[in-house]
Amino acid sequence: MASFNRRKLLGGLVVTALAAATGGIAIRSFAAERVIPIKARKFTYEPDEIVLKLNEPAILEFTSADVVMGFNAPDFKVRATIIPGQPARVRIVPDKTGTFVFHCDVFCGDGHEDMDGTIRVER
Amino acid sequence: MTHSIDRRQFLKLAGLGGAVLVSGWRSSDGIAANAENDFYFVQLSDCHWGFEGPAQNPDATGTLKKAVAAVNSMKEPPDFIVFTGDLTHTTEDRDIRRKRMTEFRDIVKDLKVKDVKFMPGEHDASLDKGRAFKEFFGETHWTFDHKGVHFIAVDNVSDPGASIGDEQLAWLKADLERQPKDARIVVFTHRPLFDLYPQWDWATTDGAKAIEILQARDNVTVFYGHIHQEHHFKTGAIEHHAAKGLMFALPAPGSQLKRTPVAWDPQAPYKGLGFREIEAEARPVKYDITELPVVKA
Repeated sequence: MASFNRRKLLGGLVVTALAAATGGIAIRSFAAERVIPIKARKFTYEPDEIVLKLNEPAILEFTSADVVMGFNAPDFKVRATIIPGQPARVRIVPDKTGTFVFHCDVFCGDGHEDMDGTIRVER
Repeated sequence: MTHSIDRRQFLKLAGLGGAVLVSGWRSSDGIAANAENDFYFVQLSDCHWGFEGPAQNPDATGTLKKAVAAVNSMKEPPDFIVFTGDLTHTTEDRDIRRKRMTEFRDIVKDLKVKDVKFMPGEHDASLDKGRAFKEFFGETHWTFDHKGVHFIAVDNVSDPGASIGDEQLAWLKADLERQPKDARIVVFTHRPLFDLYPQWDWATTDGAKAIEILQARDNVTVFYGHIHQEHHFKTGAIEHHAAKGLMFALPAPGSQLKRTPVAWDPQAPYKGLGFREIEAEARPVKYDITELPVVKA
């Protein structure tokens, strides 16, 4: 087990989740990646500042409270379409420190252009 | 006198109206053939009719009218005028959207030049996939030919996700295939086709596909809006020229964290706003751009 790399570990977690979902025998999970829930609504993200650690992968889990939204963080090449009722997950691996803007890239209404936030990556 | 003299220089030298003088050159050394095909047009963009924000533009209801007056006062009328999108400021209310389009249309009716082309911006079209725009201004993508130049308007805003879409890309490809490889092609878009600054949504999702199609042609130039400032860039042999807006200016790409509009400067009203004339020359293929203010200093 000690030789498991990151990808295998994640695969193991998926297997664990699948086993649980199908009523199989649950095995002990390893430390999962941090999941950050983010609510998108006209015309904000809550939270609108996401703080991450350098090189520490995280899962951003988006839900929309009203209409179809987007999430786009070009500096990390991650984006998602957020459909109401369907949580959208993206995995982000912050490979540089600093503050980076993200925005809604699905034109969602008259406040669309103000719908943005920042990702702050710390050491 | 050399062949390098252009239509504007010619007119300046002559100090008279263009059409008569161009025909007067017909008997000279053949330059007339070129001059006859040289022309200019005017690009206006990002009028955002309906926008309210005194900190960005305390003359929100007057700026477009001033621009119309400025175009009308041009010594020589352009062959045509093109509005490259965001004619109106967005609203979720379908009735207000139509009211703004009605008001916009009424204002630009005062343009003396009657050959006026319209294309949508995301503010006009993204919330209803271009429905209201089409009611008022016609199709969202189109072509026409003028004095040897093939003009193509590409719609990269009716999709709320800023895509051109495979169907329109196929249309673009088919249209270009009917043109000679060295045809003079001018493309109008609202958003930049290339990734100017995706952090501020200054891109087209599938713009690279359009550029790939255009790249196969010898003479392609793109004029667009969206970023509310003059900007010039090349992808391969294709030049991309962004125009100023007519409501509020936006900061230079990446110059600050967020795309906050530039505040109105009472010491320099209308600074950062304007429109442009574009002189199309046939030989060599060239587009001379002159930026013009809303109000002369």
